Amino acid sequence: MSSVRVLVGTRKGAFVLSADGKRERWDVSGPHFAGWEIYHMKGSPADPNRLYGSQSTGWFGQLIQRSNDGGKSWEPVGNKFAYDGVPGTHKWYDGTPHPWEFKRVWHLEPSLTDPDTVYAGVEDAALFRSTDGATTWQELPGLRGHGTGSSWQPGAGGLCLHTIILDPSNPERIYIAISAAGAFRTDDGAKTWKPINHGLHSQYIPDPDAEVGHCVHHVAMHRAHPEVLYMQKHWDVMRSDNAGDSWQEVSGNLPTDFGFAIDVHAHEPKTIYVVPIKSDSEHFPPDGKLRVYRSRAGGNEWEALTRGLPQRDCYVNVLRDAMAVDTLDSCGVYFGTTGGQVYASPDAGENWTPIVRDLPAVLSVEVQTLS
Amino acid sequence: MILVVLPAHLRTLAKVNGDVQLEIQGCATQRAVLDALESRYPMLRGTIRDRVTLERRPFLRFFACEEDLSFASPDAPLPEAVASGKEPFFIIGAIAGG
Repeated sequence: MSSVRVLVGTRKGAFVLSADGKRERWDVSGPHFAGWEIYHMKGSPADPNRLYGSQSTGWFGQLIQRSNDGGKSWEPVGNKFAYDGVPGTHKWYDGTPHPWEFKRVWHLEPSLTDPDTVYAGVEDAALFRSTDGATTWQELPGLRGHGTGSSWQPGAGGLCLHTIILDPSNPERIYIAISAAGAFRTDDGAKTWKPINHGLHSQYIPDPDAEVGHCVHHVAMHRAHPEVLYMQKHWDVMRSDNAGDSWQEVSGNLPTDFGFAIDVHAHEPKTIYVVPIKSDSEHFPPDGKLRVYRSRAGGNEWEALTRGLPQRDCYVNVLRDAMAVDTLDSCGVYFGTTGGQVYASPDAGENWTPIVRDLPAVLSVEVQTLS
Repeated sequence: MILVVLPAHLRTLAKVNGDVQLEIQGCATQRAVLDALESRYPMLRGTIRDRVTLERRPFLRFFACEEDLSFASPDAPLPEAVASGKEPFFIIGAIAGG
């Protein structure tokens, strides 16, 4: 029988939540790495027992953890993230040049085919890759060096590379996103990159239609339609039907188009989910109601999903990497909040229940569907 | 023999229960102590000193003999009482956060 493993990164440790395919009774394991921030954990599609985790604190810096047994045991592996060559500068908040400085790993993306290959998106924004199970890391310097890197400027959360999407139909194609530079694509295995931000409109930057400088919060893709991308921008929900070459706004009837998380149904490539957040200064849901919005049309037409979610006095946030789906026949949708709840819906969003209610603030949620 | 006192999180990471005893060849300096510590416990690399620059992480301090040695040269000799093992070399995480 199939089962599900939910990997939860929090401000004070990692948790592994497990259930059988019914997704009714959950076993909670953790905290692993108690007291440390776990920005992200993710399992290898090629070997589900191989997990990678990003562990850090302001005191002790960055560690990478690896598990070979599905999260029962872990070992620290390589944590040397050295920028390629002379790092140069990007723009600081005040517009002055600022040296590139490694701070932390925001996102780990294991290869679709090789358990020992994994990509790391870091702050200050750069893309690293390991081909030896995260023992050693090499920067893929074509991204920072493609020409606009010196003009990238951090968002409020830092200059972070937070999204990495590997195209299952084309091993040479990778998408990444950076706050607050925008989205980028390579078609030659990360040697060269180009900004893919045409159609994004950001009124909070000097040129609202600039090639780079947009605060992209998250991007999602369906494996069956890898040329279709969905984006939650700082403001605006966007869709691209041509691999990011151009974007159109699909915010439609959302109560607010600010937010962080966005994901796609496992079996319906046009069914997408977002969690609208009131504004960039009020990082909580509008009207104190926690609502997931679903569009079955690839955006524009949205319906609120509320059954089982708090509909009064709720003022949590859902961060960019804190939503995921499983691939069971009835697609499960999961998200975690800064209030420490992890909600699960075993029926594509119709009904929600909390798996856990009182974890530390949730930074990331990833799901593995195990056979 | 030099006695090193680690913060709790690093003891957990290194899987040690108490203080750490290190043998140092040659002059006992901060650099020599940290090199020996990281050699025996590779998982501590990057947690006390930056992985690339080898500079002390900003929220950590080095104390010994009731003195703050954090800003001393990493190649300066440690106090004799530390070098001889009579006094420990403390690695302290900043107490912060209210």
